[in-house]
This record gives sequence, C-alpha cells and structure tokens, in this order.
Amino acid sequence: MISRPLTLKLLSALLIFGSWEMASRAGINYAFPTFLESMGALWNLTISGQIFVAYAETLKPLVTGVLISTFIGVGIGVWVGLSEKFDWLVSPIFIIMQSAPLAALIPLVIMAYGIGITSKTFVVCIMAMPVIVLNTSGAVKNTPSSLIEMAKSYLSTEREVILKIIIPSASPVIFAGLRLGVSAGFIGAILAELKITPTGVGDIISYSRMTADYPSMYAAIFSIIVLAVLFLNVLERIEKSLFAGNDLGYVS
Amino acid sequence: MSDNVNAVSVKGIYKNYGDVEALRDMSLDFPKGQLTSLLGPSGCGKTTLLKIIAGLLQPNQGEVYVNGQIVSEPGPDRAFVFQDFALMPWASVLRNVAFGLELRKVAKSEREDIARKYIKEVGLDGFENSYPHELSGGMRQRVGLARALSVDSPVLLMDEPFSAVDEQTRRKFQEDLLQLVKEESKTFIFVTHSIEEAVYVSDQVAILLPRPSRVSEIIKPSSFKNKDVDSIRKDSEYLDTVEKIWKSLRSYVE
Ligand SMILES: Nc1ncnc2c1ncn2[C@@H]1O[C@H](COP(=O)(O)OP(=O)(O)OP(=O)(O)O)[C@@H](O)[C@H]1O
Ligand SMILES: [Mg+2]
Repeated sequence: MISRPLTLKLLSALLIFGSWEMASRAGINYAFPTFLESMGALWNLTISGQIFVAYAETLKPLVTGVLISTFIGVGIGVWVGLSEKFDWLVSPIFIIMQSAPLAALIPLVIMAYGIGITSKTFVVCIMAMPVIVLNTSGAVKNTPSSLIEMAKSYLSTEREVILKIIIPSASPVIFAGLRLGVSAGFIGAILAELKITPTGVGDIISYSRMTADYPSMYAAIFSIIVLAVLFLNVLERIEKSLFAGNDLGYVS
Repeated sequence: MSDNVNAVSVKGIYKNYGDVEALRDMSLDFPKGQLTSLLGPSGCGKTTLLKIIAGLLQPNQGEVYVNGQIVSEPGPDRAFVFQDFALMPWASVLRNVAFGLELRKVAKSEREDIARKYIKEVGLDGFENSYPHELSGGMRQRVGLARALSVDSPVLLMDEPFSAVDEQTRRKFQEDLLQLVKEESKTFIFVTHSIEEAVYVSDQVAILLPRPSRVSEIIKPSSFKNKDVDSIRKDSEYLDTVEKIWKSLRSYVE
C-alpha cells in the first residue's frame, strides 16, 4: 500500500466538492443542492442529534452483518480453498450470489424473516459475503506451494500450515475482499432501510426526499460515504499492523 | 543395516512425474559426519532426490533410511535449505530464521537468541528486523541457510545453498562449511552446479546421469582434506579431481 500524501487527499477532495458546488450552481436540476447547502444540512442534522440517532439504528444491522460476513465468509472461504469437494459444493452458490441482482431477493427475505432487524442484517450479509468468500478461497488456493513445503519440512502440523502459512499468505487478497465486502455491506444496509422499513439513515433519505428537503437527503448520503471511507481506512490499518511485511509485493 | 556408517541411504528409488521419469533405480549412501555433493546436469532430479530424502515427496518405489530407519515423512533429524529460499514475506528475518524452532515449540526468547546467533554467523547482523523484500537475493538465501542451521538437525539437506551469493561470500561460506563438517558430527547432502565447489567441500561427490537419473560415479577426494583451507585450491589432487569430473560431465553436455 502506498501512503497517500495529505496534500494530495485535500486536493482531490477540493476538486470533487468544487465541481459538485459548481455543477449544482449551474442549475442541472432543482433537486440537486450545492455542496455548501448540503454541508449546512449536515450541520443541522448533527446539532439536532438526529444523525446520531439515525446511525445508532443503521449501524446495528450493518455492523452485525459485516461481522458475521467477515467471520463466516473468511471461514467458508478458507474451507473452500482447502477442500476440493467443498469447493465443488459451495462455490457455485457464491458465484451466483455475486452476479445476481440481490435487491430483487428482498421481498423473499421479508417473507422469510419479516421486516425487523433480522431481515436487514440478512440483506447486509448476502451483499457482503460472496465477494469475501470468493476472494478468500482464491487466495488460499494460490498459496505458494514452496512455503507449504517449507513449513512441512520444519514439522508443522496441518493446523499450523493453515494458521501460519496459508492465512498470512492469503491475507492481502482476503483484506481486498473484506474491503469490497464492507462496501457492499454498506450498500446492503441502506438498501434494506429503503426497501424494507425506513429506519435510521435510510429514513432520513426517504423522508427528506418526500418533503423535498434535498440538502438533508444529500447530507445523509454524504455522511454514509464518509463513514464507509473511515471504515475502510480502519481496515487498512488493521491489515498493516497484522502483516507488515506483505506491504511491498511478493518475494520468495 | 549399516546404520553406524551411513546417516542416510537411499535404495532403489524410482520417481516419475506423470510421463517424466526423474529418478530410476537410484541408490546412494551418505556416510555419517561427511559431506556428499550431488553434481549433475540441470533437471536431472537433484532437488527431487533431496525432497524425497526430506520426506516431502513420496518415491514411486524404493526406500529412504535415516539412521537405519525407513522414513517417509519429514522429521527433526533433517533440515532443508531450499533452492528457491521459501521465506515468508510477511515475517521479519528474525522470525523467518526462528521459524523452525517456533514450530518445535521453543520459547520465544530462547529461539530468538538462537536465531540471532545464526543470523550473525551468516553475516546478516543488523538485518534482524528487515523483511525479505528488503534483502538482496544472496541475503535471502542466507536467511534460508540460517533457518536450517538453527534447528540443529544432524542431517542438512542443502539445495544449491550458495548459488545466489557473491564469489567472496561463497568462498567464505565454503570455508565455513568445511569447518562445520570438521567440527560438528553433522551429515551434509549438498547440491551444487559448481565442480570446483563440489570438490572443494566434499568428502564424496556423486555424479548423476541426466534424466532418468542414476549415480554414474562416486569420487572421494581425500588426500587434501586435512590441508589448510588456503592451499587446497592449489593442491594437485584437487586440480586433477576437478579435471576428471569435468571430463566425465562433458560427455553429457556434448
Ligand atoms: N512438480 C513437478 N511436476 C512435474 N515434473 C517435475 C516436477 N518437479 C520436477 N519435475 C521434473 O523432474 C525433473 C527433475 O527436476 P528437479 O527439480 O529434481 O531437477 P534438478 O536436478 O534439481 O534441476 P536444477 O539443477 O535445475 O535445480 C525435471 O526434468 C522436471 O521437469
Ligand atoms: Mg534443483
């Protein structure tokens, strides 16, 4: 991973927000507020505390779903990568899940699990899990055989081969999958709130759209993006501290 | 069994990779406390033989004896230096070198002390906390060497362990290796492409035929072994032996 200099980050932020501001001032659409209007709305949502209440609601299915997908997804992925039979049995499910339009499944999920938090968590999981499983299993299968041989020659048990060789060696790709999975989980959480029952941030979005309070709507969407980026940064930190030497490419 | 004389012996080994016949009826003894070199054309099956002895590959037929016992799995009595180094890129030099001991459940501080000693010995002092991608090829190779030495196995299987180090370091390592063979009662099985190196460090040199590989000749350079390291390279028997091996290998090249 290359550390991006702060000035560059600020510059690209300025570029994006600047063009947002200008595009909206140019009057593309009456429902497209300027950047500054949206930030003002975000400020109002923040001091009224509304946004915190909303996130308390949204984060419940999101965090639960992402955690479940991470642990079960990585677990299944490792297993698929290690066992050909299990691969044959399970991989097609996740490949289909990844390519299918999952939003279309939401009515089925509601029928099965109702309109509560279970359904929302479930939606987060079906969005996040496939890419985590597929990345993990691919990475596990690609473990350099010379490293496995090395560990065996120094008397490792099967368990140690998995824990000390296969997982660390697969970790860059596993973490890439986790990043994609977490992003998909965010989409899933908002999707669930828009399609199942409006709660949390999804409620702010749909309510402000109904009342034509577009700055608030954009403020809510903006806050999700910020949160997702923060989340991904935390993930990157975790990865760096766990597997420092994996940073700069692979050498034998 | 001649288990007092030979640390390792292989008997009637056959190994095929699909249609490729790598080893055919290979038998060879590796006397205890001695260094045996395997010399042969590229692709003749030296790595294959070493991995079979290590228990990493199963032969199609034939047995491997270590101290008179048939073995088919890796054991604490053998340590491997890999041709492609096989270092863990996510682990520091220190952890890589200590990895064999880590798998043997040696306590952390103890195994790191041992690892530090061997890191120093291979001349990587000060690189304990570097990662493999920060090292040159020759330095990586020395990490692999230190890892094998630190587990203190009686048999060392070395697959071209000096191929990537510079000529000065190589000569120093060859001298160190001679010293090590003299001092410790370890058995070395040493793969190399260099005739000079083989003759210089070995008690016996096994010359292998091209695939399917068998032993064509065993040469035991002896008279110059107890001379001091500097004069060996000028010794007439040393030079004659190099010449003789070159002649018998040349017939395959031509
Ligand atoms: N995993 C494998 N699958 C198929 N064929 C293999 C495999 N490993 C080795 N071989 C074949 O077996 C033969 C012997 O290989 P080996 O690696 O033992 O040679 P080597 O003597 O160590 O060569 P070098 O000196 O180049 O390292 C080669 O011809 C190679 O093509
Ligand atoms: Mg080889």
